[in-house]
Amino acid sequence: MKCRVCRGPAVIDVRRHNANFCVEHFIEQCERQVAKAIEAFDMIAPGERVLVAVSGGKDSLALWDLLISLGYDVEGLYIGLGIGEYSDVSGDHARRFAAERDLTLHVLDLREEYGYDVPTAAAATRRVPCSACGMSKRHLFDRVALERGVDVVATGHNLDDEAAVLFGNVLHWHTDYLARQLPVLPAGHGFPRKVKPLVRLSERESAAYCIVRGIDYQVEECPMAAGNRHLGYKEALNTIEERSPGTKHDFYFGFLDRAAALFRSGATIDAEGLSACVRCGAPTPGEVCAFCRLVERAGGHEPGGAVPVTLGRREQP
Amino acid sequence: MRAASSGSTMIVRLRNPTRTVEVQGGRSVAKLLNEFGLAREAVLVVRNGELVPGDAFLSNEDEVELRPVISGGV
Repeated sequence: MKCRVCRGPAVIDVRRHNANFCVEHFIEQCERQVAKAIEAFDMIAPGERVLVAVSGGKDSLALWDLLISLGYDVEGLYIGLGIGEYSDVSGDHARRFAAERDLTLHVLDLREEYGYDVPTAAAATRRVPCSACGMSKRHLFDRVALERGVDVVATGHNLDDEAAVLFGNVLHWHTDYLARQLPVLPAGHGFPRKVKPLVRLSERESAAYCIVRGIDYQVEECPMAAGNRHLGYKEALNTIEERSPGTKHDFYFGFLDRAAALFRSGATIDAEGLSACVRCGAPTPGEVCAFCRLVERAGGHEPGGAVPVTLGRREQP
Repeated sequence: MRAASSGSTMIVRLRNPTRTVEVQGGRSVAKLLNEFGLAREAVLVVRNGELVPGDAFLSNEDEVELRPVISGGV
């Protein structure tokens, strides 16, 4: 296979673009796709400060690297989730990436700050671990973004992530979720703007970008996510993609172009009903936000009994 | 295909869980993926430390990693 641009030896074939690329031109292709997404959806204005949600995996590290290459002012935030060796290795990758490039990485540990971790939270809520994990991360990314005064939070959601979530939301007709499944969620009601600059890159391209850029990342799958419903949706979509390259792109961007607006009226009503959590001040539709309720419930499942928490944070001894 | 041992065959590293197997070389990346039942969208192939496309030829003595790219969290 030859590179579409220079006719040199290709290292990757991207079937949905019917193109192959060498290292140099694949990196350019990734930068171009991210720049295009940022511009098309008004994700980040010139001069704005960005907080990247860093997990230590391929997507968040690729995103951080790409945003730096494109000239953005970016800091990272890593949250220690307490998922055993998986979290230890993930944290090492995030810290090493930042240290080697002299970038600012903020580190926040669920257990140290709030007295629980994801396995404990899953036991307390009796729901899948990804639910408590995602909710905790979203809350803390919002909080740190507001505390740091950054303009926008960027996450590493890629085309496969968005297509799989869309697939699940359509299969179950979660119209409230469909209303919010956008590459940009504007700031307001106490939330920072949230953007997904990797929506034009597939998961495979994101991983390939890390390999050709020499970025070490957590390759192993999160043990808590193994076998979850989301992975099943991705497998189903990849089976279709194998036969018909470009289907995931058409599904997701077709939704954004032609269907997303039909679901948005309900989301506006939800946002107007928010007030400040009486414990931590975060926006919530109730008196106490979901995160503070989780901290309280998870603390009760700790081996040593409930962990004292004040204003949403663990009391310091 | 058998568990890794020394010999003039291709070492293939798999993930989740991490393990190695030893197979005969002399086939393309695309053919190897078919034999392992892996979708091209779901893995990348790294040969001797370098990313290679679907038509790359794999030989005995090559060290090959089949790296999954699908992650479950969102």
